[in-house]
Amino acid sequence: MIKLIFRFREMLLVIIIAILLAVFSTRAPGFAKPGNLANIFNDSSILIILALGQMTVILTKSIDLSVAANVAFTGMIVGMLNATYPDVPLPAIILVALFIGAILGAINGLFVWKLNIPSIVVTLGTLTIYRGMAFVLSGGAWVNAHQMTEPFLQAPRHLFLGLPVLGWAAIIIVTVMYLVMSRTFLGRAIYASGGNPTAAVYAGIDVGRTRFFAFVISGTLAGLCGYLWVSRYAVAYVDIAAGFELDSVAACVIGGISTLGGIGSVAGAVLGALFLGVIKNALPVINISPFSQMAISGAVIIAAVIFNARQERRRGRIILRDRGASEQIEVVV
Amino acid sequence: MTQTVALEQSPEMPLLEMRGISKSFPGVKALNNVDITLYPGKVTALIGENGAGKSTLVKILTGIYACDEGEILVDGNPTVFANAQDAIDAGVTAIHQETVLFDELSVAENIFLGHAPKSRFGLVNWKAVNARALALLHSLESNIDPRIRLKDLSIAQRHLVAIARALSVDARIVIMDEPTAALSRKEVDDLFQIINRLKTNGKAILFISHKFDEVYEIADHYAVFRDGKAVGSGELAEVGQDEIVKLMVGRSVEHAFPKVDIALGETVFAVESYTHPTEFRDISFELRKGEILGIYGLVGAGRSELCQSLFGVTKPTGGKVRLNGKEIAIGSPGEAISAGIVYVPEERGRHGAVLQLPIYQNISLPSLTRTSRSGFLRAAEEFALARKYAERFDLRAAALSVPVGTLSGGNQQKVVIGKWLATQPNILILDEPTKGIDIGSKAAVHAFISELAGEGLSIIMVSSELPEIMGMSDRVLVMREGLSAGIYERETLSAETLVRAATGNASKS
Repeated sequence: MIKLIFRFREMLLVIIIAILLAVFSTRAPGFAKPGNLANIFNDSSILIILALGQMTVILTKSIDLSVAANVAFTGMIVGMLNATYPDVPLPAIILVALFIGAILGAINGLFVWKLNIPSIVVTLGTLTIYRGMAFVLSGGAWVNAHQMTEPFLQAPRHLFLGLPVLGWAAIIIVTVMYLVMSRTFLGRAIYASGGNPTAAVYAGIDVGRTRFFAFVISGTLAGLCGYLWVSRYAVAYVDIAAGFELDSVAACVIGGISTLGGIGSVAGAVLGALFLGVIKNALPVINISPFSQMAISGAVIIAAVIFNARQERRRGRIILRDRGASEQIEVVV
Repeated sequence: MTQTVALEQSPEMPLLEMRGISKSFPGVKALNNVDITLYPGKVTALIGENGAGKSTLVKILTGIYACDEGEILVDGNPTVFANAQDAIDAGVTAIHQETVLFDELSVAENIFLGHAPKSRFGLVNWKAVNARALALLHSLESNIDPRIRLKDLSIAQRHLVAIARALSVDARIVIMDEPTAALSRKEVDDLFQIINRLKTNGKAILFISHKFDEVYEIADHYAVFRDGKAVGSGELAEVGQDEIVKLMVGRSVEHAFPKVDIALGETVFAVESYTHPTEFRDISFELRKGEILGIYGLVGAGRSELCQSLFGVTKPTGGKVRLNGKEIAIGSPGEAISAGIVYVPEERGRHGAVLQLPIYQNISLPSLTRTSRSGFLRAAEEFALARKYAERFDLRAAALSVPVGTLSGGNQQKVVIGKWLATQPNILILDEPTKGIDIGSKAAVHAFISELAGEGLSIIMVSSELPEIMGMSDRVLVMREGLSAGIYERETLSAETLVRAATGNASKS
């Protein structure tokens, strides 16, 4: 039943996105052409990847506010690496990005796992620290396009079947994450740890370790986005992706991932990110100011949260009935 | 206690009378036509097993529940306690096991929360609050500073603050629900001095405790409840402990749950001097194949904590555990499950199921290490496992892929039991397996437990219900305050011995 609602809900998002596209194309002819749609998808790729990392963490009843700072720090490292050592091949640079991102994620995860500090506190701290490290590393200087090598800048732009490699990267990550979440022990442990941590412990799942791995996944994906961001915008500086952590959370919330953990799907996170991508791309086309854009995104997020809350209340009924029953039992005992 | 005896007066007007009180909850009659009378300047001890109806009585007396039948008389006048405020207005105050106070507020704030003296402008008059708190504490011969925060006080001092709070609303009837549970002997003595002072001030006190020595030390009257009925009351000086124990357990404790006799196999599980830093100490027992070992004790005796530790949820500080003769160390529930030890927790709803996940994923959850290959899940095997146990328990669900949260409570229970049996354990630890289940289902659960034992499982069953313990167990380990109070063979079981061992007056009788 809940699953049906979810299917319905994800379908609902697809329909809403389709309606948006239709409305925008009446105002801006050509908006819904395949070429432009591929563009929108490509533009949303980084957000999609970050949202998937964020989803993994949120599913375990945690949150990762440091993803954007991770993008900035990793982006700065790979930018400077490329500028200083132009001979280092691109695959090595991408591996470095993944590795550094994973380390930053693991730091968050270790604090949450071993010291039992709430993730919102840990990542609020590391958010500042990681961006500060990017500043210390660069001394506040920018790495500009002319300092970077051709392959470094061009790799994500290569077209393959009409879609740039950046978009393909997102598609690959989506596929991998889908498999991880639905087909692996870790994926199941992530859902169980967020859905009912106590029951998960009793079922032999190490909840702390599962959260740790969720943060590592989130960090690794953020590291990848560090490279993708710097090469796409052909610049690395301390403030890149500022505020993007909130977009990644927003994409998850719009996509139906419960902030209480345990509920959500890869498809939801992707659709949530696409929804934000469509709005961001469409509003300037139909001459709506960036400030209205922000207000519209905000309104959509609140609407999504209300929708979520109503849904959880529906789900909560049985639990409440049980709680009532157990209270009465306690009275008797 | 000599000074109080001197102050006792001839029989006088009761301060509070409860007459013919009945209260039912769906499926259970919690209180059945009980009477209780409290006199000014007297302590009445309310005695009864878990489930005898003591808590329900307290909740009716404090206005949390309305009784179905019966009347309450205060000073001889019928009074209706429709809500908690009515009870407070009538002068009834309860001091609970874990006193309900606020850690971060000051002592004076705690005492006067909700009825603080106000200044002319309707603001709290802090000077008056502190002064009156100090006066109240002085009247209890305490020198606690009313301005310090509650969290800096000991548990005994907190009780004192709770009592001061009761006095601040001019309470005349003070209910103390197991006030000594967390106190040291010295603190108990201090508490008893306060109770004696309350007596001299003419308060009526309802004292609920499991500990007979304390009851005899402080109480004047007694009332014994069993299964929701008042089975005896009177002057405590006129009855011996043996009589009270008999009243408590009654003669109804026959073997109401006929256990299927099973030939016991070799010893499969042995625990030796098992010790936890805070919860239990020096516990030893053996468990044979096909055996049901009951663990009996009062709530808080450390039974669940022992089982959780055996399951790897908490770490012991000492002792040995042997499985099939080999010493093992269990560091986590995962290791316990792999070793074939499984724990079905007491709160099956909260600890058992992940409500958002589908039925089949819940059933397979503890078995995933078996059904997955190098980290990848195998859906076909998961479904096969789930189908097998869903059929065995006659699970009613539209499909195995619907979330457990959509099932009825009974069917959720079946999923939870199914998921543990799906791990194919050798040792099954059941914590209060029939808590909150109606009589009919209880029999089914008991038959099922016998069936499992017949299949060669060794079972450890924690229970607070004497008939269940006596009916189902081959042997019974009794725990008291974290210590073993003896292991009793089925042949020698008697309700009186078990209750004495659990309440701690075995040596005195």
